[in-house]
Amino acid sequence: MLYLRQVFTIAAKDLRSELRTKEALNSSFAFSMVILVLFSFAFDPSSEQLHEISGGLLWLVYSFASALSLNRGFARELENDCLDALVASPVPVSALFLGKAVANYALLMAVEMVGFLVFGLLYDVQAAHYFWPVLLVIALGTWAMVVVGTMFSAVTVNLRMREMMLPIIIYPLLLPALMAAMTTTTDLLNGAPFGPNLIFLRVLAAVDLIYTLLSMIFIEFVLVG
Amino acid sequence: MRNKAIVLLALISATLLIYVLARVFFVLPDELNQGAIYRIIYFHVPGAITGFTGFVTAMIAAGFYLATGDLKYDRFSAAVTEVSLAFASINLVTGMVWARIIWGVWWAWDMRLTTMLICWLIYAGYLMLRRAVEEPTKRAKLSAVFSFFGCIDIGIVWKSIEWWNTQHPQPVLSIRDGGGMAPGMEAPIYINLVALLCLSACMIMVRMRQEAMSNEIDSLRRTAHTI
Amino acid sequence: MNALDIESVWKYYGDFPALRDIKLRIERGSTVALLGRNGAGKTTLLKIIAGLSGASKGSVKIMGEDARRETTRRRIGVLGHAISLYDELSAMENLTLFGKLYALADPRKRAEEMLERIGLSRVRDGLVREFSRGMRQRLAVGRVFLHDPEVLLLDEPFTALDDRAIAVLQALLREGHAQGRTIILSTHQLREALELATHVALIQRGQLVFEGPRTQEMADDPAYIYRTYGEK
Repeated sequence: MLYLRQVFTIAAKDLRSELRTKEALNSSFAFSMVILVLFSFAFDPSSEQLHEISGGLLWLVYSFASALSLNRGFARELENDCLDALVASPVPVSALFLGKAVANYALLMAVEMVGFLVFGLLYDVQAAHYFWPVLLVIALGTWAMVVVGTMFSAVTVNLRMREMMLPIIIYPLLLPALMAAMTTTTDLLNGAPFGPNLIFLRVLAAVDLIYTLLSMIFIEFVLVG
Repeated sequence: MRNKAIVLLALISATLLIYVLARVFFVLPDELNQGAIYRIIYFHVPGAITGFTGFVTAMIAAGFYLATGDLKYDRFSAAVTEVSLAFASINLVTGMVWARIIWGVWWAWDMRLTTMLICWLIYAGYLMLRRAVEEPTKRAKLSAVFSFFGCIDIGIVWKSIEWWNTQHPQPVLSIRDGGGMAPGMEAPIYINLVALLCLSACMIMVRMRQEAMSNEIDSLRRTAHTI
Repeated sequence: MNALDIESVWKYYGDFPALRDIKLRIERGSTVALLGRNGAGKTTLLKIIAGLSGASKGSVKIMGEDARRETTRRRIGVLGHAISLYDELSAMENLTLFGKLYALADPRKRAEEMLERIGLSRVRDGLVREFSRGMRQRLAVGRVFLHDPEVLLLDEPFTALDDRAIAVLQALLREGHAQGRTIILSTHQLREALELATHVALIQRGQLVFEGPRTQEMADDPAYIYRTYGEK
C-alpha cells in the first residue's frame, strides 16, 4: 500500500540521518547509564527494598532517556526548512507523523534494551523467566511515550523553549501509561504471577490506541498553518 | 450589556457565598467524627466539580474552534482553563489541609486528589504552551489540540487510578462515603456550587475580554510593522 | 482550466489580516512575477497556494482542485527560502528520497538524471553538509524540478545565489516555460524575474494592487511598477 510505503520511507530517512550523526542515540544512551549509576547511590542495590521499586526505577530511566531523544522528532526538520518541503509533498501528514514515530520507536527501543541489560547487571535483577512479558510491557509502554512525544514535538517545534516544554507537557499525559508499565514491570521482575496485572496491560493497549488515533487526527491541524 | 452580566453574576455569587458562609459557621453544628474541619467540604467539593467541568467545557470549545476557526471559541477555551486552574488549586489546597487534620499527613494518594493534581499539571502545561506561542491563530490551534489530549487523558487517569486502587487501597478523602450527610448539611454544598459557578462565569467573561483586547493589540502591532 | 484560481482569499493572524480579498487567476503556461515589499504578504500567499497554510476565507484551486489534495500536491513544486535538503544525507540520497515521496516510477534513475542536469553528478555521494553554498542551491533547484511539476512556486529564488546557480535556475525556468509549466515566483530581484515573466502581480499590505501582462516598459525599467501602482 502506498501509505505504508510512505511511512516506511520517512522512517528510513529518519533512521539513516540519526545513525549517521548518532546525536540523540549517544546522548540518551549516556544519560540512561548516568541515571542508572546515580540511582545505585540512592538505593542499596542488594536490598529487598530495591525489588519493590525495580519497575518504577526502570521506567524512570526510560522516561529520562526518552526526553532527550523525542525532542529530535520534528526538530530535525527545522534545519534548512525541510518540514515545509515534507508538508508540501504528496505524503499525507499522518503518514509523516507515523514514519517519525516508528523511527523514534526503533531508536528508543534500542537504547532501552541496552539499558535493561545494564539495569539487570547493576541491580542483580533476574528477569530470565519473565523476559517475554516484560518485553511486551516495555514495547507497549514505549509506543505510548513515542506517540505522545512525537506528536508534541510537532506541537512545540517552532517554539523558543522547546526542549524544556516538551517534558513538562508530555509527562502528565503519559502518567496512566507509565503507571501501568511501572506496576506491571515491578510485579513481573519480582516473579509475581501476571493475572492481576492484566487490567494494566489492557490500559497500556488502550492508551496506545487512543493516543495514536488522536495524534493521526490532530497532526494536520498542527502542521498545516 | 456584557458589563451588566458580569456585575450581576458577581453579585449573585457574593450573595450566595455570604449566605453559605453564615450558615456553615454560625448555624450548622460540628460533625460527629471530623469535628470542625468538615466544613472545608463546602469549598473542596464545589472546587472539584468546577475544576473538572472546566476541562470538558474547554475541550468542547476547542472543538468548535477547530471546526469554525472563530477565535472567540479559543478565547473562551483559554479563559475557562485559567479559571478552572484556580478552582483546581482551591480543591488541592483544601484537600491537603483536610488530609493534614484528619490523617496527619499533607498528602495521601487519594484517587480524587491525585486526579486533580494531574489535572492541575495539564492545565498549567496548557497555560505555559499558550504563553510560548505569540501568533494568535497558531496559539489557538495548538491549544485546541492540547485541550483534547488533556481532557481525554484525565478520563484515562481517573480510570487507571481506580484500578490501581483496587490493588493498593488508599484512604478516601471524603466525608460522604460513610452513608451520606444529614440533609441540612448537604444543601450548602450545592448552594456553594452555584455560587462558585457564577463566580467562575463572571471571571471567565472578564478574562475573555482581556484576551480579546490582547488580540487587538497584537493585530495593531502587526499593522504598525507593515507601515 | 486555469492553473490557479485564487478566489477572495483572506488570511488572518489573530485579528490581523495579512491577506485581504485576493482575487487572482493565472492561466496555464504563464510565468508570474509576484512583487511587493517585505511584509506585503507574498510569502503568506505562496504558502497558501503551496498548501502549507490554510486560507481563513476564500479558496485556492490549482488546476481546478484544492491545494491540499494529494493529487494536486504531486503536480506542484515548491522552493522556499531555505534549501529544504538534509545535511546528513548525500545529494543522491536526498533526491531519491524526494523521488519516493513524490511516488516517481524510478526515483534513483530520475535522481541521477537530475544530478547530471544540474552538474552535480561528480559529487553525488557527497553529504550536503560538505557542499558549497552554490552547490546546495543547485541541488535545491534540482529537487524542485525532480518530479516534473506543472506548477512551480518559488519564494525569492534568486536571493543569495551565486552566478552559476542563477544561470542554472534561469535555464531551467526558461525550459520550464517552454514546456508549458506555470511558474509563480516572488522576488526582489526585479531584473532577472521580469526577464522571464509573462505576467506581473503587485501585492501591497496584503492587497493585490496590480495584476496584468508584463509590458516592455516594465522589463526596461523594473522600478516602473512600484512607481506607477505602488504607494505614493
